[in-house]
Amino acid sequence: MNLRRLKAVTRKELLHIVRDWRSLVLALAMPLMMLLLFGYALTLDVDRIPTYVYDWDKTPQSRELIEQFRGSRYFTIVDSVENYRSIERGIDKSSVLMSIVVSKDYSKNLLAGKAGDVQILFDGSDSNTTQIGLGYAQAIVEAYSAKLRSDAQVKRGGGELKVAVQPQVRVWYNSELKSRNFIVPGLIAVTLMIIAAMLTSLTIAREWENGTMEQLLSTPVRPAELVLGKLLAFFSLGLIDMLICVLVAVFVFQVPFRGSAWFLFFSSCTFLFGALCWGIFISATVRTQLLAYQMGMLSSFLPAFLLSGFIYAVSNMPHVIQVISYAVPARYFVSIVNGVFLKGVGWEMLLANLALLVAYASLVFWAAVRKMRLKVA
Amino acid sequence: MSLKRILYIIRKEVRQAFREPRMRAMLFVPPIIQLLIFGFAVNLDVENAALAWVDLDHTPQSRDLLAKFEGSHRFELVATPSSDAEISKALDSGTADLVVRVLPGFARDVLRGRTASVQVLVNGSNSNTASLVSTYAAGVISGYARDAMDLQAKEKLVGRTAGGPVHPATPSVNLQSRVWFNADLKSRNYFVPGVVANIIALVTLMLTSMAIVREKEIGTMEQLMVTPIKPLELMIGKTLPFAVVGIIDMGLVVLVARLLFQVPFRGNILVLLGASICFLLTSLGAGLFISTVSRTQQQAMMTTFLFFQPAFLLSGFTFPVRNMPEIVQYITFINPVRYFMEIVRGVFLKGSGVTVLWPQMLALAVIGVVVMTLSAGRFHKRLE
Repeated sequence: MNLRRLKAVTRKELLHIVRDWRSLVLALAMPLMMLLLFGYALTLDVDRIPTYVYDWDKTPQSRELIEQFRGSRYFTIVDSVENYRSIERGIDKSSVLMSIVVSKDYSKNLLAGKAGDVQILFDGSDSNTTQIGLGYAQAIVEAYSAKLRSDAQVKRGGGELKVAVQPQVRVWYNSELKSRNFIVPGLIAVTLMIIAAMLTSLTIAREWENGTMEQLLSTPVRPAELVLGKLLAFFSLGLIDMLICVLVAVFVFQVPFRGSAWFLFFSSCTFLFGALCWGIFISATVRTQLLAYQMGMLSSFLPAFLLSGFIYAVSNMPHVIQVISYAVPARYFVSIVNGVFLKGVGWEMLLANLALLVAYASLVFWAAVRKMRLKVA
Repeated sequence: MSLKRILYIIRKEVRQAFREPRMRAMLFVPPIIQLLIFGFAVNLDVENAALAWVDLDHTPQSRDLLAKFEGSHRFELVATPSSDAEISKALDSGTADLVVRVLPGFARDVLRGRTASVQVLVNGSNSNTASLVSTYAAGVISGYARDAMDLQAKEKLVGRTAGGPVHPATPSVNLQSRVWFNADLKSRNYFVPGVVANIIALVTLMLTSMAIVREKEIGTMEQLMVTPIKPLELMIGKTLPFAVVGIIDMGLVVLVARLLFQVPFRGNILVLLGASICFLLTSLGAGLFISTVSRTQQQAMMTTFLFFQPAFLLSGFTFPVRNMPEIVQYITFINPVRYFMEIVRGVFLKGSGVTVLWPQMLALAVIGVVVMTLSAGRFHKRLE
C-alpha cells in the first residue's frame, strides 16, 4: 500500500465527478433538493380537511354542532350543499374529502331527549388521512355530545355530568407530530445510498467498459489501492452530504438533535463505508454500466427508500418483508439516526445497530477486495 | 415521411429488444418486481400497535379498561412496565408504540362521577404512526367513558327523583361514519394504483432515452443517419415500440394489482387506456429530451433519475398535494405524473369516468403535446 498512489487514484476519481455535471448534481444538488422538499413541501400531517356541510335540519341546534367543526383546525368547511348528489360530485372530483350530514329530525330528537344523528361521509381512497380525520371528527362529536348530556342533566336537576375519563395524550420525542422531524434525518441514509448506488457502482464498470482498466492495471497501482482510492473520493463526497443534511436539518428545519454528534458521525462513517464497498462490489461483479446501475438501484437505493423505516414503518409491513428488511443496512442506520436526533438515546440503546453496521461494512469490504483481486488476476 | 421506413425502424427496434434474453426480461420483469416491493412495503396502516400497560389503580374498573383496549383488535399488549425507567426504556427502544398509565384513584373518580384521567404516552418518532395510535387510544377511552356516563346518568337521576324510576333520557349526538371507495381503509388500495402510475412513467422514460443513446454510444447513429431515414421517422420508429411496451406493462401491472393485491378496479379500462396514451406522450417526449442531452448511457440513466425523482415526490403518491405549500402546489401543475396519479387512482377506486377526469386528461394531453414538440424539435436539430 502506497500513500502516493492512493492519493493519485483519489484525485483522478474526484476529477471525474467534478467534470460531469450530472454526477455533481446527483451528489450535491439532489440531496439538497430532497431536503428542501421533505422539509418544506412534503408532509403527512393531516389538517384542514376540505369538507362540505349538508344541514338538513337548519335549526340553531344543528348550526351549533357545525360550529364545532368550523372551529377546528383539522377541518375547513368549503361550502354548504343541499343534497347528496352535490356531495357525491364533490367527492368524485376530489374537491372535498369529507361531508358532514345533519339528519332531518336532528333537533327534534335532541329536544325529545333522544339521540340526534349526524353522518360523516369520507372519501376513503387515502386511508391514512381518512382514519386520522375520522378520529378528529369522532372526538369533536363526542365532546359536544357529552356537553349536551350534562346540560340536560343539570336542567333536570340531576347534577352536572362529567366526562368520565379524559385521556391525557402526551407524545414523546416529536411532540408536535411533525412528519419532517422524522423524515429529514432519515434522508441522510437515502442520500448516502444515492452516492453508493448511482455513482460508486458505476465507477469500476466504467473503467472496464471504456477499456481504461487495462491501462490502470499496467500502472503500479494495486487492486487494494484502486478500491481504497476510489472509496476515498466517494467517501469525502458522502461526508459533505452528511454534513449538509445534518446542518440543514438542525438549523433550517429545527429538527431536535438530542443525542451525541460523535455517535452519529461514527455510525454514519461506518454506514457510508459499507454502502460504498457494496457499490464497488457490484461494479466489480458486473462489467457493464447499465447492469451495474440496475443492480445498484434494486439492491441499495430502493431498499434504503422503502424498507428502512425512513417513511414507511417497518413494523407495519407483512412478515416476509420484515424478515427481508433485516438484511437492509439502511434499516439499522435509520434507527440510529432517529434515536440520535429525536430520542437522544445513546450507546447502550443503539450499540446492537452499530455492531451490525460494522459487521456489514467489514463483510462487504472483504468481498469487494476479493472480487477485485479475482477480476484483475 | 414514409410509412415503410418507419416500419423498418420499428422492426429493427423490436428485434433488438427481443433478441437478447436479458433485454427481453428487462422489459417486463423489473416492473413486476417493483410493483411487488412497493406494493408490500408502502403501507401506512397501523395494525396491532404495541401497547405497554401500567396499572397503578388495580381495580376492576382499570382492568375493564385494559379489556376494552385488548378487545378493540387495534392493540397488542407487549409489556407491563413497573417503573418509570422501564417505561422510558420501552419507548426508547421502540418495543412499545404507546404506554397507557392508569393513575391511582381511577376507579374512585369514575364511580363518583368525577373526571378520571388516563395518561397515554405515545412514541412520536414516526409522526404518522403516532397520530393513528393516539386516535385509536382516544377512541377506546372515549368509548369506555361513554359507558361510564350512561351509568352515572341513570344513578344520579334515579337517586334524586322521589317519584320512583324515571326514564333516563338525555339528548346525545350519534355519529355514523361511512367511508366511500375503500371501506376497509386499507392503504394498499390507495398505494398500489399509485405504484402503477410510477412504474409506467419510469419504464417508458428509461427505455426511450436508453435506446437512442445506445445508438450514439455504439456509433450506429451515424450509420442510421446515412440511410434515407429522416429524423422524424427515426423518432417515431424509436418511440412507438416503447409506447406499446408501456401499454403492455400497464396491463400486466394492473392485472397483478387486481389479482395479487386484490385492489378493486371499479372504472372503465378504456378510460385508463386513453389516459395512459396521453401520459405516454409526455414520458416518451421526456425520454427523447433526455437522449438529446446525454451522450452515454450512464449520463442518460442519471438524467432520468434527476427528472424522475422530483416528479415522483411531487406527484402526491405518498404526500398529498393538498398538504403542500401553495407555491409548490403550483409547481405540481406542470408535473404530468401528478395528473396521471389522480386518474389512475380515480379509475381504480372511485370508478370515475371521463366526465370527472377530463380536466386531468386534458392537462396531460396539453403537457404531452408541448413536451413532444419541444423534444422533437431538439432531437431534429441534434441530428442535422
